[in-house]
Amino acid sequence: MAEKKSVAELKAIASQVRRDIVRMVHSCQSGHPGGSLGCTDFFVALYFHEMNHDPKFNMDAKGEDLFFLSNGHISPVFYSVLAHSGYFPVKELATFRKINSRLQGHPATHEHLPGIRIASGSLGQGMSVAIGAAEAKRLNKDDSFVYVLMGDGEQQEGQVWEAAMYAPNHKLDHLIATIDWNGQQIDGPTAKINDLRDLRAKYEAFGWEVIESNGNDMEGILAALQKAKSLAGKGKPVMNLMKTEMGAGVDFMMGSHKWHGVAPNDEQLAEALGQLEETLGDY
Amino acid sequence: MTKFEILGKNDTRSGFGVGLLEAGQQNPNVVALCADLIGSLKMDAFIKEFPERFFQVGIAEANMMGIAAGLTIGGKIPFTGTFANFSTGRVYDQIRQSIAYSGKNVKICASHAGVTLGEDGATHQILEDIGMMKMLPGMTVINPCDYNQTRQATVAIAKYEGPVYLRFGRPKVPIFIKEDMPFVIGKALKLVEGNDVSIFATGHLVWEAVLAEEILREKGISAEIINIHTIKPLDEKAILDSVAKTGCAVSAEEHQMNGGLGDSIAQTLATHSPLPQEYVAVKDSFGESGVPEQLMEKYGLNAAHIVEAALKAIDRKRKK
Repeated sequence: MAEKKSVAELKAIASQVRRDIVRMVHSCQSGHPGGSLGCTDFFVALYFHEMNHDPKFNMDAKGEDLFFLSNGHISPVFYSVLAHSGYFPVKELATFRKINSRLQGHPATHEHLPGIRIASGSLGQGMSVAIGAAEAKRLNKDDSFVYVLMGDGEQQEGQVWEAAMYAPNHKLDHLIATIDWNGQQIDGPTAKINDLRDLRAKYEAFGWEVIESNGNDMEGILAALQKAKSLAGKGKPVMNLMKTEMGAGVDFMMGSHKWHGVAPNDEQLAEALGQLEETLGDY
Repeated sequence: MTKFEILGKNDTRSGFGVGLLEAGQQNPNVVALCADLIGSLKMDAFIKEFPERFFQVGIAEANMMGIAAGLTIGGKIPFTGTFANFSTGRVYDQIRQSIAYSGKNVKICASHAGVTLGEDGATHQILEDIGMMKMLPGMTVINPCDYNQTRQATVAIAKYEGPVYLRFGRPKVPIFIKEDMPFVIGKALKLVEGNDVSIFATGHLVWEAVLAEEILREKGISAEIINIHTIKPLDEKAILDSVAKTGCAVSAEEHQMNGGLGDSIAQTLATHSPLPQEYVAVKDSFGESGVPEQLMEKYGLNAAHIVEAALKAIDRKRKK
């Protein structure tokens, strides 16, 4: 099991992960940098501080915390964090979205990439899978945590609400869900596409314990995850509504939906990398 | 006299119910999920014996498929139960991504398949499910023919590692597969030896094929009856060995002609041994309300239609 990193170390790792993300999507000229950058701090906090997990990777993960990525299009951040955690060689990030790679455009188990436990990309399915994994842990008398991350646009999928109804009714109180609440989706602001309205009230009405956090503040993320864990074991799943800035860390990618699914060109890559310190060495 | 004795009469879904209990007794990792159709799926006995291993998901089939996929992470062997329509078409993308592409050990158990669902009508009578499921890479597709074979299949799939679609039905039908007859996934079961035509049948149509064999025999025609309970992986050797002897084929299934067992057999024949084949299947149509026997007659799925198809196949063979 990995040691817990300090806040300064976590911030340094996050900077490298952001460099990886923009380099990966630039290299294959496709992919989703905006959401990946926005969720970088959260992923780093989970994998390098909060989660009890083993990069030797066992699918069943008995006695380990589990993480599921439902909004699979932010695969670049997932792959970079898994690689730096030791699940597979960092240099393999160079194969992202290319032929014969284990790093598919959206996460998949099919090529047996260590760290991935379910395919995701077609939205709305991850919370159901996390619920199943949490039910298996309960049957196995394993009180580890199951984490799931969803997009905010993804809340428009009906299956999310089937799962949202199930978890509190079945008292899955070791389930910690997070919504990447960046207010953007591919076609524009969520408020204009199909407004989510009051997410807190919705989840509370379904029976969840709801907390709010800032997903681009490392101390804030750690505090939120600590709070989520402290609320566990009391009969309710926990929903972390996490405000993030799409594109966080690269100024020209922030504040709009335009970088949801667009790769930077050579000049834009250079400009982005100029804003992100190379802390662990580029792959 | 048919070549098989009727041992009793029961629905195939009850075979699933006893098989599920048996699988649960044999392996503590077997768990079950249902989307508000416990009684229809005959899951009561399993739930009574293993309440903590049962998950009532409510009317939320998409969520059920995702939860089943998640349960495999942790070593469980989930059996989902609902009608065939809600087990496939309604949740195709969930099965595709979270189960098939992810290679999860989920058993999708689907009752009330086909027109023999009866009075509920076409909204519930799915006739496309075999096609949808067999197209998914890595998916095993099984459609047993009676109560005993459905029990055997249910126990067998619990021991098999990988995603499976198990299809069965609602009406009480003759039991004719003896309990000691073998059931091996992917291995066709030869029921009657014959020389003039090979009849490959699955599900409820297997008994109709047995009835057809008797009618053909009275006409002096020797029909070989092969029970294809596993549509995927298909026992191509059994099919090719049989047609090498008979020279023509009939496929029989309670499913659309497009994409069902018949098409799998046609693919096998076209690529290995092109020979005349006739389809007994639903011809690009939805079903409707009615009692099962009326519907089997109207949609061309009973013994008389198999006889007609066999005579046509033999005629085509002779004209070649």
